[in-house]
Amino acid sequence: MADLPEPLPVQSAAPEAAEASIIGLTLNGVTRVVPLDDPRVTLLDLLRERLGLSGAKKGCDRGQCGACTVLLDGRRVNACLVLAVTLDGAAVETIEGLGGGGALHPLQAAFVEHDALQCGFCTPGQIMSALGLLAEEGNDPDPERIRAGMSGNLCRCGAHPAIVAAIRAVIGAGDRSEMPE
Amino acid sequence: MAEGTAPISPEGAAIGRPIARDDGVAKVTGRARYAADCRPPGLLHAVIAPSRIARGRVTAFDLDAAMAEPGVVAVMTPANRPPLAEDPDAKTAPIVFRLDLLQDDRIRYAGQPVAVVIGETLEAAEEGAFRLAPAYAAEPALVDIDAAEPFVPETVGLGAPVERRRGDVEAALATAAHRVQRRYETAAQVHNPLEPHAVVAVWEGDRLWVDTPSQNVARAQRRIAGLLGLPPDHVHIRSPFVGGGFGAKAFPAGPQVLGILAARLVGRPVKLVLSRAQMFGAVGHRAPTRQTLRLGLADDGTIAALAHHARVASSRFDDFFEPAAALSGGVYAAGAVETTHEAVRLDIATPVVMRGPGEATGSLALECAIDEAAAELGLDPLAFRRLNHADTEPISGRPFSSKALRACYDAGAARFGWAGRPLAPRSLSDSDGRLVGLGIGTAVFPSMMFQAEARALLRADGAAIVELGAHEIGQGAATALRQIAADALGLPLSAVTLRTGASDLPDAGGAAGSSHTATAGSAIHAAGTALVARLAALATADPASPLHGAGNAVLFAADGALHAGDGRRDPHAAVLARAGLGAIEARGAAAPDRAARASHAMAAHGAVFAEVAVDPDLGAIRVTRLVGAFAAGRIVNPRLARSQLVGGMIWGLSLALHEAAQFDPATGAIANADLGAYRIPVHADLPFVEALLVAEEDTLVNPLGVKGVGEIGITGTAGAVANAVWHATGVRIRRFPIRIEDLALAMPGREKEDDA
Amino acid sequence: MRRFAYLRPARLEEALAAAAEPETAWLAGGTNLVELMKRGVARPARLVDLAGLEDLATITPLAAGGLSIGAAVRNADLARHPVILRDAPILAEAVLSAAAPQIRNRATTAGNLLQAPRCAGFLDPGAACNRRAAGSGCAARGGDGRDAAVLGATEACIAVHPSDLAVPLVALDARLRVAGRDGERTIALGTLYGADGASTLPPGELVRAVLLPAEAAGFAGHARYLKLRERTSFAFALVSAAAALRIAGGRIVAARVALGGVAPRPWRPAEAEAVLAGAVPTDALFRAAADAALAAARPIAENGFKIELARRVLVRALTLALRGTPARVPALAASPFAPAGEGARHG
Repeated sequence: MADLPEPLPVQSAAPEAAEASIIGLTLNGVTRVVPLDDPRVTLLDLLRERLGLSGAKKGCDRGQCGACTVLLDGRRVNACLVLAVTLDGAAVETIEGLGGGGALHPLQAAFVEHDALQCGFCTPGQIMSALGLLAEEGNDPDPERIRAGMSGNLCRCGAHPAIVAAIRAVIGAGDRSEMPE
Repeated sequence: MAEGTAPISPEGAAIGRPIARDDGVAKVTGRARYAADCRPPGLLHAVIAPSRIARGRVTAFDLDAAMAEPGVVAVMTPANRPPLAEDPDAKTAPIVFRLDLLQDDRIRYAGQPVAVVIGETLEAAEEGAFRLAPAYAAEPALVDIDAAEPFVPETVGLGAPVERRRGDVEAALATAAHRVQRRYETAAQVHNPLEPHAVVAVWEGDRLWVDTPSQNVARAQRRIAGLLGLPPDHVHIRSPFVGGGFGAKAFPAGPQVLGILAARLVGRPVKLVLSRAQMFGAVGHRAPTRQTLRLGLADDGTIAALAHHARVASSRFDDFFEPAAALSGGVYAAGAVETTHEAVRLDIATPVVMRGPGEATGSLALECAIDEAAAELGLDPLAFRRLNHADTEPISGRPFSSKALRACYDAGAARFGWAGRPLAPRSLSDSDGRLVGLGIGTAVFPSMMFQAEARALLRADGAAIVELGAHEIGQGAATALRQIAADALGLPLSAVTLRTGASDLPDAGGAAGSSHTATAGSAIHAAGTALVARLAALATADPASPLHGAGNAVLFAADGALHAGDGRRDPHAAVLARAGLGAIEARGAAAPDRAARASHAMAAHGAVFAEVAVDPDLGAIRVTRLVGAFAAGRIVNPRLARSQLVGGMIWGLSLALHEAAQFDPATGAIANADLGAYRIPVHADLPFVEALLVAEEDTLVNPLGVKGVGEIGITGTAGAVANAVWHATGVRIRRFPIRIEDLALAMPGREKEDDA
Repeated sequence: MRRFAYLRPARLEEALAAAAEPETAWLAGGTNLVELMKRGVARPARLVDLAGLEDLATITPLAAGGLSIGAAVRNADLARHPVILRDAPILAEAVLSAAAPQIRNRATTAGNLLQAPRCAGFLDPGAACNRRAAGSGCAARGGDGRDAAVLGATEACIAVHPSDLAVPLVALDARLRVAGRDGERTIALGTLYGADGASTLPPGELVRAVLLPAEAAGFAGHARYLKLRERTSFAFALVSAAAALRIAGGRIVAARVALGGVAPRPWRPAEAEAVLAGAVPTDALFRAAADAALAAARPIAENGFKIELARRVLVRALTLALRGTPARVPALAASPFAPAGEGARHG
């Protein structure tokens, strides 16, 4: 963060301000200076259409499916609802930044092991959301909290039980969801 | 089965192993490349402008306003759309749907594309499409299935009979000791794969490169080539990953062709991705149904007559009629049985196959009616189903090629804890006073098989490449087909590479009808068998081979080598090396065994058990446990098969409780066209869903004995959930999805009970 | 989306000056505004981002008692703030029942209170909607009324207010600190909403904070939010209710009640509170209060069921409140499927 450029001066009275601008952000740990051709660009379209990071998916573009979930300053958000122009100085983590040195992050490995994916389209969002969940809730293994906490991520294939099992396995809460009494 | 077929599953075989899916790592790392992820150089973005009226004409566009948006490159309308070689309304093949490709100014459903705006950026194209502001001459539209005049279509589904009968249902009903007649309603539904339809089109002269998700690349290639007047091999369709299809991507949809035409118009690569709202328009849906079940019952609990009649809706301009009643010809033994359909035409887009087309909605109605019949007789609903087990297919009298339904009932009931379930509804509650109910449904799905081809190449190093235009749509085909290939070639899994998902490869048939593993797998099996036969011929003719002179018939391939039954072996690579061959290739084809299918009924079966909790005052429902047991022939990969079955069960739950596309009677448009208002279940709705696999062997269905697991999970489940709701509350809701208010207001309410 | 100018002032005066220009919208969490801009429902020429302003994102005690909740406090931060969990846990329960974690990590307190209706007519820029364009008509009038109001609907608008957080806040007599170019003023939250639910704030005014009065903490031990919805999570309310009781000597000393999903604004039925005040809590009393709360309700099209459901939801919310606030917001916040539990965290 230290080597980011200063935020651009605000032209607070000019209606035509900020037609084009430059933002500095930390993307998967790397500081980037990104020229923005258009203030309307969302974080999701910035990643997908301009920076070549297509892991975050556009499933609804309305914050209703969670397929575009990324971490913004450590917290999970819907990238489709964040305007890129607001992100000067922000840190963004995407699925491409997960794991390292060719190894899978434990969540990624658990998703594969538990077959917590089918078509895979919602998967990067599910994993980034799970990462955010663990940061928010700690290692609370209560499956109801995991289910409620993952409910912003739709899955149309029906991988839900396996997704919850994968997250629980990462927490160390066992890898099978018990049948309720 | 062809002569000389290799043993299917020798020791150490790949088939049957629960390996992790091959595409798992690509998908969890975000490296899996879906169509919309492609960004060829010079790419432009295209955005569809959809009609907001359901019937009438477009009278004007504000082209100046659209073009005035900086970055807008072109607007494609009927006036300048590049010419087509075929009328998109022409029925050029037995199964082809009419497409809306800007052929004129007519509007026949809300959401129909009326123009395409192309821009340098997505932002520009979207704003351009907004500014286009079409003007309309609207005509009154009809979207109410109950208000339209019915007729009897010629066929239902993709060419199935509209009516089937065995025995005299009316006579059997007239003399039955008990009669049950019930009417059920299901809502229109929309596939909504999480991946919207997308196309990235690049023209190179008269060659076309298309990245687009498809459940049938060969069919898409034929259709697109026909429309554009190109030789099919000039159309290269790539579909390595499909972000869910569920039938919506079984046929090329109009918007995909419009993206190609937009690229033609501007002479640059174009990406067109549907918005979520547009997924509720031109890419198909599941029609609403109105279904009437009539059952005649004998005093001993057997079904004397079963009649299932369905009214379904289609568009005014094309034919797809949800075969909702058809499944009832094959589930329960009945002295007489008939399935019939009628249809109405509405000002809506043409419906299309959607996961369990006909089976999903039909099973829901049938399983509810069977439950109501059991209640009428005072019988346990599982005992009633066992009593009426169909030993042969009722509608045809044919024996089943295999049917382990009884074992599914046993396994599911044991795991679920069905025994001891009180017969009377509203008997159970949890510690917080919520009503608890247990329900069951029988699952059934026909075991279909289509035609396919595959190519296998064995290299000098003993590794093989198997190629066919199959489709990894999340069902696990890429993994399961590679497992089949490994066994067919007698190679370890690590030595087999599968190339798939492109139209340049042999036609593998579509990923539809729960048939893909059976169909494409059988082709791979045939190709592998043919390749092993060639290899064996080389070995047995080679004096240097340990197998020299051994008869072909006693040879089999395993672990990378040919084996005689007596311990002699010759590795694949050694055979090729001695023959001086860099590689050998073989092709294989698969097709349904028509004789076996004429003589036998073929279907997968299962039993689904549901437990629900219902708030006695508020009518809120939660499915607390869902357990299904399924028998579907040979299971190629149990881990992935369970995922498929669980997914199908969640669809069944959603059919019963969640999904409904609501047509606005005033505009004819779907009013809830987003993922907030069109509600598919979320994690919190799914506390426990489990699928059990019940062993079943089938030597007739196809050489592999594979039946398919993609759709059966929906069937049985929706009915089981509905039946559990009844068992919890004593209230039978027959309009689906079950609405909170329908249930809440039909229950007496706890406070009022206290008053009494 | 229409092209817009983006401004990120560092000082409140600059922000207010910028917002005085026509066609300007405040940008905070953006979860509602950006969606509306994508739909073409909102087409501002200028966005004034509040992210650069100090002190909008803090929760601080007030000198006279009570709390000031900054307008830009994120929903997720509100829901986990220890002072909120101590003094007004019902706010956390309501917030956690709303939307999804990703949304709550961005959406702000004031943005939540000012969010637009989810009426299909409002959200379709091609449809008639008096709320968007006065006098253009109401497309929702032609529908089945399922999502429409049963209380307080006007000829012009029948949409319900979608906020969960606003329901307990209205019940607890929250006020707003509002800044304009002429200075600051304080208004009752209830007066933020006009008859059709739209904001009554003049253009260019800014909500700086939500003020929770000191009395609110007196209800913390017996305050629950209950939300009936069509998914167990991630759905707007079909109907919801906030019920907060102050209990002493076996009697209800004071009651605060509000309903969501039934009216163009969070609905505070004073009649119900009057029934409850001073009475011994019984099922019959709660039913009488609910009857009073819904006495003026009138169905639109086929939505008469909402009147009965709202009654039942309110009775249940009161029953849960009487039982006591649980020590932790249940995993399924405000859900009928949360454990009914013993509650009584505050005794």
